[in-house]
Amino acid sequence: MFRYYLKLASRSLLATPATTALMVATIALGIGIFMAAVTIYYLMANNPIPHKSDVLHAVQLDSWDPAQPYREDLPEQAPWELTYTDAMALRESNIPHRHAAMYKVSLVIQPTREDLKPFQTEARLTDADFFALFDIPFVYGAAWGRDADDAGQLLVVISESRNDELFGGKDSTGKTLRINDREFTVVGVSQDWNPVPKYYDVNNGAFDEPEQIFIPSGVGRELELFSSGNTNCWKDEDINSFEEFLGSECVWWQFWVELPSTVDRDAYQAFIDAYVKEQKELGRFARPLNNRITAVEEWLDVRQVVRDDNKVLIGIAFLFLVVCLFNIVGLMLTKFLGKAPQIGIRRALGASRGAVFRQQLIEVGALGAAGGLAGLGFAWLSLKGIQLLFPGFEHLARLDLTLAGLAIACAVVTTIIAGLYPAWRVCRVPPGAYLRLQ
Amino acid sequence: MLEMHHISKVYRTGTVETHALRDFSLRVDEGEFVAVTGPSGSGKTTFLNVAGMLEDFTSGTYRLDAEDVSDLGDDARSRIRNEKIGFIFQSFNLIPDLDVFDNVDVPLRYRGFSGTERRRRIDEAVERVGLTSRMRHLPSQLSGGQQQRVAIARALAGAPRFLLADEPTGNLDSEMADGVMALLEDINAAGTTIVMVTHDADLAGRAPRNVQVLDGWVQDTAEAVESSVANRASAELAVVGS
Repeated sequence: MFRYYLKLASRSLLATPATTALMVATIALGIGIFMAAVTIYYLMANNPIPHKSDVLHAVQLDSWDPAQPYREDLPEQAPWELTYTDAMALRESNIPHRHAAMYKVSLVIQPTREDLKPFQTEARLTDADFFALFDIPFVYGAAWGRDADDAGQLLVVISESRNDELFGGKDSTGKTLRINDREFTVVGVSQDWNPVPKYYDVNNGAFDEPEQIFIPSGVGRELELFSSGNTNCWKDEDINSFEEFLGSECVWWQFWVELPSTVDRDAYQAFIDAYVKEQKELGRFARPLNNRITAVEEWLDVRQVVRDDNKVLIGIAFLFLVVCLFNIVGLMLTKFLGKAPQIGIRRALGASRGAVFRQQLIEVGALGAAGGLAGLGFAWLSLKGIQLLFPGFEHLARLDLTLAGLAIACAVVTTIIAGLYPAWRVCRVPPGAYLRLQ
Repeated sequence: MLEMHHISKVYRTGTVETHALRDFSLRVDEGEFVAVTGPSGSGKTTFLNVAGMLEDFTSGTYRLDAEDVSDLGDDARSRIRNEKIGFIFQSFNLIPDLDVFDNVDVPLRYRGFSGTERRRRIDEAVERVGLTSRMRHLPSQLSGGQQQRVAIARALAGAPRFLLADEPTGNLDSEMADGVMALLEDINAAGTTIVMVTHDADLAGRAPRNVQVLDGWVQDTAEAVESSVANRASAELAVVGS
């Protein structure tokens, strides 16, 4: 009977094209706006590395001002980033299976291709483990060795896109790339990698594009590269050189570790606590002991990557959808009761109330599916609008298959819910009453 | 086949009560062709709706095909309507956006027949009313007489034992009416019980039995009905006693 009901539904919907178009447009508008809000939220709240998110941890040490917490609104929190001194010290531990200290810099690339002009780009200074830590595969070559982390060797890993741009997509390992007037040797070409959110450095734009140039962290010291991201200082220090800056209490290094088990986590917590206690004896870390290792999802939560505004937006979009559905209820009630005489004939010929109810719900479901498909168009337009208005949201304003499927399912389910009352009403009227209307 | 005992039907609108049927009793035996006549508002159509289980009644009992159908639920009533009763209406009541084939198909769909069985029954029913060449025509492309024939084909396709016709020729000219009446007579001759509501005395005169309804009462055959019911009750007692 499903196919029969579907056939009747299509005939019924086509028989009243204006009403059908109005209902589809109403559903589409409600679903489109709702899905645009859900899409943004879904991508913001996305777990960017689900298979490893419980073993990757951000590290915080509370080296901040003894007079006030790092964040007045979050007094229990330690600074999000570490000092150079602490980042280098934590690298000495063998407890994490992998670890990576890192910060963002701005570099000038000077391509050898004559058709390309020098350009400035964001790059990441980090450690060899960075790629394995975050599961970034390589197209050519590999990461530099751990021994190169501090050696100051001018090595570089570039992304596949950057390799396409600079070397025409060919294997560029062993070739040189001129950066900030220095010759760097390409050791690897990594696959393009675009985690959303950019969890490894939410301090500097959680939804920014990731860097496409990676160089060993020791090069920063060699070339005196300041961070192009956030640098926060609390202590009144006399800083006259890069070396003095490195020795300051300013924080700008992100630090991530891979701790696969509870035992590892406990051991590492004990390690950083011991380290801080040792530093306290040296006159640093005047605040109470507050060292934290936080897994990815909790980190994104603590860092409020999905802001309350987004949740409010979802609520408003949902209310708008509900308003659309109330309109649909009215339109469907009018349409269904307008078909009452036909329903009366069917009832007289043996259709039970249940059969009539099912027939109406399948028509409603078909309407919802049509509305869902049209809603995808509205959602796409809404997201395009968001992209135009907010360039930083380009990564977030995109529909994938899951969301497209969700939009259609959502449209069908919500329209069926809206259609329950009209379908119930039309199947409850006695058939004799319909037939008297003939 | 059909037994109604002391049926009453009251419509209530606010504080106003309208008695459409009052103490209505009637018995129709298998194979009969009964014409029910009466003036407008006498309760003919209400009787037909109650007989076809399209409406509830206020009090009394109704047995159809030896089964008490007075208190059946919606599913059971729908099943009985589908399997045992065929309807023919004055205004044909075809579904306008379905062609002849699909209109005749409607009751068969709810019966759960296979596609092959439905096609066979539709072909037979449409052929019986002489409209095979119009199988894919919409109701709007047919004359009134042809539409009523489609309605008859739809009523016959499920092979019902009981046909209820409400003014089946009311919207037809005399020639078409005569053709439809002849068709109903053929159907009755083949064994189908027919109850036809009409206000046309000539048409009623062609039915072997006439029942007149006035103000919700069975007027002129009440005695015969009571006698018939009493005889049947005696016969049933005799069977039980033996």
